[in-house]
Amino acid sequence: MPVVESAISNVHRAASAIAPPRPNHLRLLEAESIHILREVASEFERPVMLYSIGKDSSVMLRLAEKAFYPAPIPFPLLHIDTGFKFREMIAFRDAMARQVGAELLVWRNEPAIAAGTNPIALDTRRCCGLLKTQALLDGLRHYNFDAAFGGARRDEEKSRAKERIYSFRDAAGQWDPKNQRPELWNLYNARVHPGESIRVFPLSNWTEMDVWQYIHEEKIPVVDLYFAKERPMYVRRTPSGEDALLPIEQDFVARTAEKPQMVKCRLRSLGCSPCTGAIRSDADTIPAIIAELISFRSSERANRAIDHDQEGSMEIKKREGYF
Amino acid sequence: MAVATELENRRFEMDEFLAAEREKDLLRFSTAGSVDDGKSTLIGRLLYDTQSVYEDQVRSIEGKGTTAPGQIDFALLTDGLRAEREQGITIDVAYRYFSTAKRKFIVADTPGHEQYTRNMATGASTADAAIVLVDATKGAQIQSRRHAYIASLLRVRHVLIAVNKMDLIGYDETPFRAIEAEFRAILDRIAGETGAAVEAHFVPVSALKGDNVVHRAGKTSGSMPWYGGPSLLELLEALPGQDRAHDASFRFPVQRVLRPDHTFRGFAGQIASGTVHVGDRLAVFPSRREAKVARIATFDGDLDEAAAPLSVVLVLDREIDISRGDLIAAIDAAPIVARRVKASLVWMDRRPLDTARRYLLKHTSHTAPAVVSTVEDRVDLGALGREAASTLHMNEIGAVTIDLLRPIAVDLYRENRATGALILIDPETNATVAAGMVTAAEGQAVDGDLDEAAAWGRVTDGEREARWGHRGGVLELTGSAESIDAVERSLFAVGAVAIRLDAGEPAFRQHPQLLAAATSALAQSGSIALVARAGDEVTLTARAGEVEVALPAGDGMHVVAEVHRLLRRAGIFISTEGANL
Repeated sequence: MPVVESAISNVHRAASAIAPPRPNHLRLLEAESIHILREVASEFERPVMLYSIGKDSSVMLRLAEKAFYPAPIPFPLLHIDTGFKFREMIAFRDAMARQVGAELLVWRNEPAIAAGTNPIALDTRRCCGLLKTQALLDGLRHYNFDAAFGGARRDEEKSRAKERIYSFRDAAGQWDPKNQRPELWNLYNARVHPGESIRVFPLSNWTEMDVWQYIHEEKIPVVDLYFAKERPMYVRRTPSGEDALLPIEQDFVARTAEKPQMVKCRLRSLGCSPCTGAIRSDADTIPAIIAELISFRSSERANRAIDHDQEGSMEIKKREGYF
Repeated sequence: MAVATELENRRFEMDEFLAAEREKDLLRFSTAGSVDDGKSTLIGRLLYDTQSVYEDQVRSIEGKGTTAPGQIDFALLTDGLRAEREQGITIDVAYRYFSTAKRKFIVADTPGHEQYTRNMATGASTADAAIVLVDATKGAQIQSRRHAYIASLLRVRHVLIAVNKMDLIGYDETPFRAIEAEFRAILDRIAGETGAAVEAHFVPVSALKGDNVVHRAGKTSGSMPWYGGPSLLELLEALPGQDRAHDASFRFPVQRVLRPDHTFRGFAGQIASGTVHVGDRLAVFPSRREAKVARIATFDGDLDEAAAPLSVVLVLDREIDISRGDLIAAIDAAPIVARRVKASLVWMDRRPLDTARRYLLKHTSHTAPAVVSTVEDRVDLGALGREAASTLHMNEIGAVTIDLLRPIAVDLYRENRATGALILIDPETNATVAAGMVTAAEGQAVDGDLDEAAAWGRVTDGEREARWGHRGGVLELTGSAESIDAVERSLFAVGAVAIRLDAGEPAFRQHPQLLAAATSALAQSGSIALVARAGDEVTLTARAGEVEVALPAGDGMHVVAEVHRLLRRAGIFISTEGANL
């Protein structure tokens, strides 16, 4: 008997001597995100995934497929549609939902859209407040969701760097940065009172580079707008002397006598067409986008008009209930 | 032709770059320091000198802050909240990301003043290494000692002591060596207290000037020719990565049972430690039932073996009862199944620890009611000793005994960071009130083994709670028969002992006191007395204790979910997990 035991322990030693190769950073991030997705799906009564069609949402959706495989994704997707999303985005959204077999819910602030809300008639902050923040809060309340996944990353913006993976929101959907629950190890506190909810960010620890590398390695489909192509754009000179490229999707964006020009360009992040500028680029493959990213000298949200309305504007929006 | 070649070259470079990226691992480290140690400046410097800051971010802070004209105030790169910028301090834990040619880094940047212990413990809990800042002009102050203590308590193996502001003391070696000697003595005392020796590395730096942060300032051309060691970043690049968790025994907390159809039943989880192979014989804890691994399933195909920290799905060779919260583990190196554990506790709530109160203990994927029955002592972080205590206040650390209603499968924290860690939640406020590290646990021979006293005499409330997962109480429902049926069925489905009393029964109508007596007897014996008043109302009114909710008919799932929440608010249901109430 002792002989057998020692033989077994020798086998064990041998097995541990040829340990599997250390997973790289993407595998580690993937494993962490899958753990988060499963925790939330198991501990909340009505979770939902906020699906915004961009590259981060695409990664999050793939991680959800992986987390529950071979079972289907056990929660619906919710898209907050401002009515100003690029047409290509909407087509892509519908195709992706069909492909992964997830239930897709779309919520719009119809009264505000009918009243002609747009970032030029109002300022960007009020427009975002109505079409995104208000629509999000209404949508979550309508369906009574108690947990909502979002694709935000901490490296995007300074106030996001302080947000928890489980970001607690009060009954009005608001974030209190000074009163966050401590988050230790991977032990997440999922307790909420009725009416309160949690926003969950499974990609918290991913960087923009990680996201693109993962899309490349995993061959995850993304919207064509990310790839450089000749596109008609309004070209405007900014005060700092650079060109701003504005997509021509919406009529009201055009100034009098302004004519679009064909420009080889792409989008670095996907938002509403009136507030998302394109960048001049030749990057038409994912490795080319990654190469461009390395040489980039401005952070990815820099081409979003909405984050710059005032210093700390992302923090203000989040306190109000924005993602 | 020339253009094509250039494109070819770029593609080749990109392939090489991507291949190199595929080899990178991840190191997590935490930082902390006192208010003026220059921690934010150090992190800002690390980010800036590794080209991890974009130009528009630098532009947005240029000319602001408190440094001399022409210099960048690096602290502004990291202080994210408005109040922080206004007050020039760091309030909350912030996470930063940067990468070098060798590896990727996640930094948990924790403030050194407000809520220091809570924030430092949070940052250290996931860290492989910690940078402790010491102000060269002041020496090892209490904040630095606290941080070193917490790093040791949370088993952060490598502690890098950055002696900062060397520029202010003329880059002089003598005071640096004095601080090193003093701090080594402190670390020895800490190791005596926590039982965990850290590997210490001392680096003289000037975060403001950039000396020894990324680039060496020793030997040849630097400001500190007497220093022959590596820069802070070189050290971070060379440290061994994540705790070699796959060397430890196999531990797999079950997060979710996946049952897409009758042909597949798998257990989803993240491997907490160790390695698993197809064919391994494993046991499920706390039940100790055994089975072999039939498949290791993933979206990307089945695996023959998998190691921590991968998230996978295990399929076993036979049907045994397993649910969320169970721990699948190696048989030959089994976890301890215990209903009483000793732990080091870091208290993180404004309300002090109350030994009379019931808390929820979350450990791996399992949440269970628990009582902190005794506080043994409290750590005096100033003197690095222990003192008598009967409770713990915010930011205090102490040794306690925790009693659970149901046994859990644990390891000692010093042997396994994943299965030895726990948090306590206040079921009233839902706040995370404490972080705990298991220091001792007495194993039980048999699952649910009761102690002598409890094995005889009347069945206690605690035993009923342990078996049924809820307390006794009254749930009054007024509404349509359909909605009442739905609630009753949902309680039955989760295994609650809910006994229905129809108030419309002739006997109860004639003798209301009979209904009252039956209700109270059921509630006192640990059951849920479900008093049903079926009528024409569209709205279902549910009442438990002092709490009442009115639920419009419609989505049946919603109504049921709200009643379950009500039971939780009323303290009848005691855990968040659906299956275990």
